Amino acid sequence: MTLAVLVAYLGCVLAIGLVSHRFFRGTGEDYFLATRTIGPFVLLMSLFGTHMTAFSLLGASGEAYRTGIGVFALMASSSALVVPAVIFFVGTRLWAVGKRHGLLTQVQYFRARYESDGLGLLLFVVLVALVVPYLLIGVMGGGLTLTQITGGQVPGWVGGLVMTAVVMAYVTAGGLRGTAWANTFQTLVFMVLGAVTLAYLLDRLGGLGPALERVAAAHPELMVRGDAVPPLKLLSYTLIPLSVGMFPHIFMHWLSARGAASFRLPVVAYPVCIMIVWVPSVVLGVLGHDTFDDLRGPAVNSVLIRLIEHHAPDVLAGLLGAGVLAAVMSSLDSQVLAIGNMFTQDVVRHYGFHDQMGERQQVLAGRLFVGGVLLLTYLLSLVTPTRIFSLAVWSFSGYAALLPVALAAIFWRRSTRAGAYAAVVTVAVLWIWFFSVGGDDPAYTVGGTGVMPVAVMFLASIAAVVVGSLVSRPPSEATLARFFR
Amino acid sequence: MTAGRAVRVALYGALAALYALHQDAWFRHDPRIVLGLPVGLAYHVAYCVAASLLMALLVKLAWPAGLETDGDAP
Repeated sequence: MTLAVLVAYLGCVLAIGLVSHRFFRGTGEDYFLATRTIGPFVLLMSLFGTHMTAFSLLGASGEAYRTGIGVFALMASSSALVVPAVIFFVGTRLWAVGKRHGLLTQVQYFRARYESDGLGLLLFVVLVALVVPYLLIGVMGGGLTLTQITGGQVPGWVGGLVMTAVVMAYVTAGGLRGTAWANTFQTLVFMVLGAVTLAYLLDRLGGLGPALERVAAAHPELMVRGDAVPPLKLLSYTLIPLSVGMFPHIFMHWLSARGAASFRLPVVAYPVCIMIVWVPSVVLGVLGHDTFDDLRGPAVNSVLIRLIEHHAPDVLAGLLGAGVLAAVMSSLDSQVLAIGNMFTQDVVRHYGFHDQMGERQQVLAGRLFVGGVLLLTYLLSLVTPTRIFSLAVWSFSGYAALLPVALAAIFWRRSTRAGAYAAVVTVAVLWIWFFSVGGDDPAYTVGGTGVMPVAVMFLASIAAVVVGSLVSRPPSEATLARFFR
Repeated sequence: MTAGRAVRVALYGALAALYALHQDAWFRHDPRIVLGLPVGLAYHVAYCVAASLLMALLVKLAWPAGLETDGDAP
């Protein structure tokens, strides 16, 4: 039954993606940005589904099982304020500039705003390098989860292969329109399933109040943030959600909006969406102790799956599996499309065709890159060690620390190419240094102070862009006239 | 300062205040149950609702000027 539910779910996603192909207009802008026609609801679902990964369901419940309720403040409520604020202040403005100048990627924006081909190329390399671990985590995590949910019936490599094949089919066929529609369906699936799973399991546990009382009696430390999340860690962690301002896939979805008004719903509803997904994960993670009190190590990340196996029928396990697939695929599709877009526009079209590439050639190149990146990701996932999962927070930190480059580009006329170069290089050097000393320690903070590396990188990035800009020549009047009104 | 600008500044101030309120030192070691949840969790659930309300005010009263015309221009 579990397998049947999973197959039915994948069939639905595939059908949605393939139907979207009938609306394809045959141009590069349509393939990569759906000709900028995405409305408020689909934009909200696309942004949220792309941002949320399987961690929101499984990792969050595992962290809650291990450290208690503090994980909600650390990772969820901070994002509930920071992410919509970034969409409001950054996303809307980049959309306007992107539409005015016909931009298709963020590298095109930075290259033009900072008047530098070299900076564009450097950013291309850094942005793609940071998204690679993110892609691998999705494919590997999805495959491993399917193995657990199906009791070993689906080996990890088969799960990863099926997921990759389905994403490849609907992204190559439907481009961003197919991705956005499939994301909308998938986001609704994992939001609804979180609530259904919570309601069902709470009923089986005898209600929220009694279950919490039992866990609190045995583990009072899980009912408070306490020392599990010290104040400096909580404070510095609020910088990590700033990463949405530099994710290539989020940028791509911003550019796809039909109008500025399309951003209003995502800005307002984002905090509520985060609450809907994360509250069930965190509550069920803590309540996991009521059923299993002896999970240790990596096993804690499967607490939600174990709860369902123990308390729920097959069909709910299948639905949870569908929810995990939804979370993984709704991120994976946008990431590979964004990378395919960047390879096509920023490398092949810009350097190979001097920006004169035909529409059909763009679409063909985009499809080839999407297929190639997915295939490469899948092959790498077969040989990559599972410790790569710890790279997620490092990937997010790198993107967040690059945000000052975008903020300066949008809000500070005096910011220059030299400032942007200084910030990118500073972040890259600090990232490599911090990773070399703390990459193997999931609890690493700077000097054991509780301060996350992202805080140091972010402040250094601001300093670099300011100093680098002030000591260099201001941008040309033509550029300022183009990007500031 | 015009009324519109004053509202905008007030909302940006509210945003900064809400950011500061994320640091809930006052509930850090408090195990009470409020609205069926540990108070430290209930606070942050309410925080999400407050964030949504503030975003609604920002969208309604402090929407960036010129975006629609900029973006929709041919």
